[in-house]
Amino acid sequence: MNNPQLDKDGRLRHLLSIEGLPKNILNQILDTAESFVGVAEREVKKVPLLRGKTVCNLFFENSTRTRTTFEIAAKRLSADVISLNVSTSSQSKGETILDTVDNLIAMHADMFVVRHSQSGAAHFIAKHVPDHIHVINAGDGRHSHPTQGLLDVFTIRKYKPDLHNLRVAIVGDVLHSRVARSEIHALTTLGVPEVRVIAPKTLLPAHVEKLGVQVFHDMKEGLKDVDVVMMLRLQNERMNGAMLPSAQEYFKTYGLTQEKLSLAKPDAIVLHPGPMNRGVEIDSSVADGAQSVILPQVTYGIAIRMAVMAILAGGQGNSSHGGQA
Amino acid sequence: MKIHIKNGRLIDPKNNIDSKLDVYIAAGKILALGNCPEGFVANQTIDASNQIVCPGLVDLSVRLREPGDEYKATLISELQAAVAGGVTSLACPPDTDPVLDEPGLVEMLKHRAKQLNLAHVYPLGALTRQLQGKVLSEMGELREAGCVGFSQANIAIVDTQVLWRAMEYAATFGYTLFLHAEEPFLAKDGVAHDGEVASRLGLKGIPSAAESLALASILRIAKETGAKVHISRLSTAEGVAMVRDAKKQGLKITCDVSANHLHLTEHDIAYFDANCHLKPPLRAQRDKDALSAGLKDGTIDAICSDHTPVDDDAKLAPFAEAEIGATGLELLLTLTLKWAQQEKVTLLHAIGNITQASAQILGIQAGDLSVDSGADICIFDANEYWKICPSALKSQGKNSPFNGLELAGKVKTTLVHGQIVYQNY
Repeated sequence: MNNPQLDKDGRLRHLLSIEGLPKNILNQILDTAESFVGVAEREVKKVPLLRGKTVCNLFFENSTRTRTTFEIAAKRLSADVISLNVSTSSQSKGETILDTVDNLIAMHADMFVVRHSQSGAAHFIAKHVPDHIHVINAGDGRHSHPTQGLLDVFTIRKYKPDLHNLRVAIVGDVLHSRVARSEIHALTTLGVPEVRVIAPKTLLPAHVEKLGVQVFHDMKEGLKDVDVVMMLRLQNERMNGAMLPSAQEYFKTYGLTQEKLSLAKPDAIVLHPGPMNRGVEIDSSVADGAQSVILPQVTYGIAIRMAVMAILAGGQGNSSHGGQA
Repeated sequence: MKIHIKNGRLIDPKNNIDSKLDVYIAAGKILALGNCPEGFVANQTIDASNQIVCPGLVDLSVRLREPGDEYKATLISELQAAVAGGVTSLACPPDTDPVLDEPGLVEMLKHRAKQLNLAHVYPLGALTRQLQGKVLSEMGELREAGCVGFSQANIAIVDTQVLWRAMEYAATFGYTLFLHAEEPFLAKDGVAHDGEVASRLGLKGIPSAAESLALASILRIAKETGAKVHISRLSTAEGVAMVRDAKKQGLKITCDVSANHLHLTEHDIAYFDANCHLKPPLRAQRDKDALSAGLKDGTIDAICSDHTPVDDDAKLAPFAEAEIGATGLELLLTLTLKWAQQEKVTLLHAIGNITQASAQILGIQAGDLSVDSGADICIFDANEYWKICPSALKSQGKNSPFNGLELAGKVKTTLVHGQIVYQNY
């Protein structure tokens, strides 16, 4: 079957998930992002790559952080940006997703950044838009959050450039996490030899090992000698129910403390996609500690999103803009 | 009207016939096979050279969407689809709107279907009122109105006491219960098999255990009560093993599999193909293999189409939000033939799975070509390929996981009561 993310020449047409993207495209995005990191440090934080283009942030699910970083990324590329919180407008009036999208296409949007609570929503939209429109998945249900996965490996690469010699642990609610799925695919595609997941059985999907990870239920074993610890956010609604007995018990067994972190390599780094639940999945002393790279993640997130947008826009024969980065 | 079907290869599983025999029809019935009865002069002759003549298909699970959901499909559109697929008798589940729990509704449905003079419709009455799993429906009245069995459609009876009583009551009168085995709590919000693909795509899973747990309750209670139970649309390897075991123990159990599940697995969902959003979900390869083996060894009695027409808009949504179901009536024959070919099963066996076995489960006079039986006949070309696409389908439901495929087995003529109701040349 055709890979819906690539055009017939194998170039990126949409960014929907990390899975299915070849290593060279991931590297292309990471390398392009590298060139954008500096833009934010200039006096004029703008490049004209997307001048005259309209980027539409279409958020069917609320988000502040991701939407903001996409907005900043698009603006630094000189695009016109519209952000719509569809959850609070048209959808409540009964408009279907496609109606919303069609209306925005009629208003000449060029690129959609989509977040939706259902897995597969970005694929669904991508399948129905005309050829010249690009879709970026900003998180669909539990499925994928590719720019997060990319910014995470970008951050790791900054601190640990040799990805082929890394041991990475992903800790927490893998079952409900699109971030975890994207991280796993990004890491395994880029050649990280050992990716571990650490969680209670209630928070792991069926056959998770088939994603190419080693499964641990005990933090002490799972964190031993790892180079990178990637924490996942635990959603409030999972804390008291059939998944977990309480936030306290979770923190005790799976919360990242200095003590548990000391089992990892001394120079291990700690990532978290945010927003953090301090005292639930991560202790403040770790979150704010020397090994934390959580804030650099946010900064790099903008560069990654700029890179994705620039590549998508450039891939459609707009090479006149492409040279100006 | 006297019809002579000549030169066809006649396959009648019930009578274990697979040979070149002509069929002679008079007054809606099969008058003779083979030699022309004395004095028979046909009004019409159908040349079935290079074609197969078999009993009209009997489909155990067809949603007609009437009453209540006429925007999805209508009786006329779906009964036309039935005969275009060679299906001459079909059972419809009671999950219409209103639910088929009132004799009047059943009579009306039967009456309207009869007027159309296409396929025979055999309603399954609601086992409990409003399908709520609390109060038994008036099974006796519904039976008199024309229900051939009782079903909960896809809705489970959660209260095992009610399930027990329902089976006891049905067993008293010898009614058959048609039950779909799915434990509702484990299946809650699930949209795909809880396996590799759902994990990868981030879809909420329905574990195989949802089927086996429900099946365990059903089989255990059937054993206690002696009820006749038909398990609709088995989907797991474990389920097949459980039914096999129950049959060995002598329980009055029959079961079917949908044609979709004989050919598709979780991997066919690919990139969230909403046409593969089905109930039960498409399972793993090992489940598909076990279903096929179960059908071969007789554990599974019949193949149904699980025809569930859905309007296009309802499928235009992300996978989990897309409505469940696929069109099936016009694919039942071709998918059965494909299965037989792949698994090297004789046509006699495979056609038996969609004719006499289903008729026997429903307890109806159909599914065979015995002399004196009603002339419900399907004539098809097993070697003619056709492309599955919306324009090729009569059904108002155009969604199929098989869209775009070319499959062999095209129905050429369908007869109901000795009258030609469909022809395609």
